[in-house]
Amino acid sequence: MISTGIVTVSYIAATILFILALGGLSNQETASRGNWYGIVGMTIALLATLFGVVTQNYVELILALLLGGSIGLLLAKRVQMTEMPELVAILHSLVGLAAVFVGFASFMDPTAHFEGIEQTVHDIEIYLGILIGAVTFSGSVIAFGKLSGRIGGSPLMLPARHWLNLGLLIASIWFGYEFVVQSAIGGGLNPLIIMTFIALLFGIHMVMAIGGADMPVVVSMLNSYSGWAASATGFMLSNDLLIVTGALVGSSGAILSYIMCRAMNRKFLSVIAGGFGTGGGTSGKGDEDHGEVVPVEAEETAALLAGAKEVMIIPGYGMAVAQAQHIVHEITRALRDKGVNVRFGIHPVAGRMPGHMNVLLAEAKVPYDIVFEMDEINEDFPDVDVSVVIGANDIVNPSALTDPDSPIAGMPVLECWKGTTSIVLKRSMATGYAGVQNPLFFLENTRMLFGDAKETLDNVFKAL
Amino acid sequence: MKIGVPKENFPGERRVATTPDVAIQLKKLGYDVSVESGAGEAANFSDDAYREAGCEIFATGSDLWSGSDIVMKVRAPDDSEVDLLRAGQTLISFIWPAQNPDLLKAFTEKGATVLAMDSIPRISRAQKMDVLSSMANIAGYRAVVEAAQHFGRFFTGQITAAGKVPPAKILVIGAGVAGLAAIGAAKSMGAIVRSFDTRPEVKEQVESMDAEFLMLDFEDDEGGSGEGGYAKVMSEEFIKAEMALFAEQAKDVDIIITTALIPGKPAPKLITADMVFSMKDGSVIVDLAAEQGGNCELTEPDQLVVKDGVTLIGYTDLPSRLAAQSSQLYGTNLRHLLTDMTPEKDGQAVVDMEDEVIRGATICKDGETTWPPPVPKLSATPPKKEPEPAPVVVEEKRSVRGPVIAAVAGGLALLGLGAVAPPSFMAHFTVFVLACFIGYMVIWNVTPALHTPLMSVTNAISSIIVIGALLQVSSDVPEIKWIAVATLLITSINIAGGFAVTRRMLDMFRK
Repeated sequence: MISTGIVTVSYIAATILFILALGGLSNQETASRGNWYGIVGMTIALLATLFGVVTQNYVELILALLLGGSIGLLLAKRVQMTEMPELVAILHSLVGLAAVFVGFASFMDPTAHFEGIEQTVHDIEIYLGILIGAVTFSGSVIAFGKLSGRIGGSPLMLPARHWLNLGLLIASIWFGYEFVVQSAIGGGLNPLIIMTFIALLFGIHMVMAIGGADMPVVVSMLNSYSGWAASATGFMLSNDLLIVTGALVGSSGAILSYIMCRAMNRKFLSVIAGGFGTGGGTSGKGDEDHGEVVPVEAEETAALLAGAKEVMIIPGYGMAVAQAQHIVHEITRALRDKGVNVRFGIHPVAGRMPGHMNVLLAEAKVPYDIVFEMDEINEDFPDVDVSVVIGANDIVNPSALTDPDSPIAGMPVLECWKGTTSIVLKRSMATGYAGVQNPLFFLENTRMLFGDAKETLDNVFKAL
Repeated sequence: MKIGVPKENFPGERRVATTPDVAIQLKKLGYDVSVESGAGEAANFSDDAYREAGCEIFATGSDLWSGSDIVMKVRAPDDSEVDLLRAGQTLISFIWPAQNPDLLKAFTEKGATVLAMDSIPRISRAQKMDVLSSMANIAGYRAVVEAAQHFGRFFTGQITAAGKVPPAKILVIGAGVAGLAAIGAAKSMGAIVRSFDTRPEVKEQVESMDAEFLMLDFEDDEGGSGEGGYAKVMSEEFIKAEMALFAEQAKDVDIIITTALIPGKPAPKLITADMVFSMKDGSVIVDLAAEQGGNCELTEPDQLVVKDGVTLIGYTDLPSRLAAQSSQLYGTNLRHLLTDMTPEKDGQAVVDMEDEVIRGATICKDGETTWPPPVPKLSATPPKKEPEPAPVVVEEKRSVRGPVIAAVAGGLALLGLGAVAPPSFMAHFTVFVLACFIGYMVIWNVTPALHTPLMSVTNAISSIIVIGALLQVSSDVPEIKWIAVATLLITSINIAGGFAVTRRMLDMFRK
């Protein structure tokens, strides 16, 4: 048994290590060290609590830790890099569930005694902790389902869904009041359980109403929620380590959500309100005769690539779906060996979670110093000979800049049409997620390479 | 339906309307293709090559005309061919209906359907059948080859053991399809290329080919673009400034290639006799506008003449001088038109007058003159592009009222909280707010490439909630204990999984 002072000091150490862990991610060189800071911080916190607070039930505790730990390691080892968004979503749900469990356990704890206003504050903390935890849990589960394709990606549009959300919110507040009142006289379990169900329902409904390509926002928002849930639990248990860590995670997720929303030029609330792209009406000049697309064959693509000096590859979610990142790397290497300067341009919302494309390219062993963010390379497109767009649509749509009526107006996009030639790999002429026709496809300097990205790129590679 | 390709009987014409390759494609559309014996000879396509492609060979033109539903030609038919045309037959060819009203009348009286390849509207959808562009491209290339033939020096500059060779300087006037092709060909042979065009928007295209675009020292915003992306007649002052530029350039350059045409007008006279005389001996002028009277005063159509040491080339059959290439491109243009006319791919051509492209090309249908067509609305390049509308309008409109209200409301909420909350809560709250700010500062530094590892690592550390379970696991109440054990289980999945997967990802990032 170690003293409370030592435990507190250990917590401070853990807090600092967590901050260093996040700081380490500022660039690739220090990132790995940052992860180790995180691991060490977590270990210190666990050991300090284990030796400082826990008094009995060690067997169950150790068993649970070992079992959970090995499941986690197994998951981490088995997961495909294309499935990362799903894994992150399901891990978020676990944090939410844990917050709910801890909340209920804390409520039922007979040893905790508070008086007057302290009791009320504590009850509110429990209530909020469970509320946020439950929303995180059910929302993440639905997000997992959508990302893994178990649930359809299109937004679910219930009639009067905004009123439904409002109704759920009012109900939560009312049951919160009921809970505080009843808890003061020793009861309160019923309103707590009802509220938990309402929160679960709210989480489900919220994520169901959001479409596939808004997932980067949703995943980072759930990341944020899982942090706030931890923070609320910290308040409930009067534990500063939880509060600080939760706040760090919460603000991290919030900033990511903000970055994603900015990359789509949309307000956070309108993303969360859901139903983008199905609103109808504002399809802009969708029916206009855009002209003719010019299809191209794999051999010609290879010839174009081999003859270029500057090549920019723009990957999108389609590359992840087709698992084409490895062949993309092969092509990149072949071209770089020939002296072609191949670079990658990544849009912040490409893929289904922030940084998704970077991870996929890293997995395929593409060196990270030729992978650039949109802001870094958008100026360079006039010098690019060939841009290859792989399974992306809205992020290369010129109408975002030229057509103020377009639903994606104002969204920053990769301006590949300023290069000499763009080759767009696509399965068909279907519109992108936003349901907006892409004038890029009809431009004179655009060639369409139809078919499954992996197969066609295989052919391109062979032709090289 | 049967497609017939006769031998071109215009003297010196080497092109043929269909190559064996194109014939194979036409058969895929369901057509039978027959060719007059010797039709492709001058373009190096033998009868045997056509036979191999599955074409029937007719010995004489008259048999071919009478046995075909659709006749495809390059040059407009002469009188003997018009006689062979019969009612109900379809002819696809160059016609130039504006210049040949008699021909159009003859077609109408015959009751035939005629599609003029030169009348296909210049819209983006019809680019693949734009024979004018195909032929202009070839003419531009060939013009450089002709110039090289008659120019006594290298195009490219060299430093040799025997001394220095200066590069040839070439001026290309008119940067349309032919001009750009000439620029490309001359540039790739190593010459210094300059170009002039009245349409300022082609400057970019010229510069993209590494040539120099000559600017007029002239205040003017009229722009030289007319309907359909072609040039138009310019004002008098403009022409004066232009001529001064040419006079100055003529003294300097070795080769001038002129491609200036204005639709429906005789070619503008840009190079005067004086300019020609001011050029160095051995210089070459290739006048691609010779057929329309020439851009140079001294050009003689179809002739090569030498005036004062300057070679003037006025050939009007440059595409025909590259017959295999022209035939292949022309045939492919025809094939694209037939593809559009044969939506069912059943070998039945449909002249759909609702289709803007086919409507434009059809100059007479079943004995009825349908030329000129209604003016197409679309122009090849919009005359003046709107400057890209600033997309930030939405952001600019955002008023400051929102943030102010939010700040005031937040402040009031905090005050209210401070008034009722117990001191212990406020201590934690202080920590919370500070932590949020630290998080804000730290996270903005994270490189976007690492956002996915960031999410997985924050996910792992948010499992610090495990501390909560550890605090409860020693409880004597069995329910609490078991809930805590379950929490331990799921959070440890998260901790181990989160950190491990982050490590895996970070290991993959390499230079």
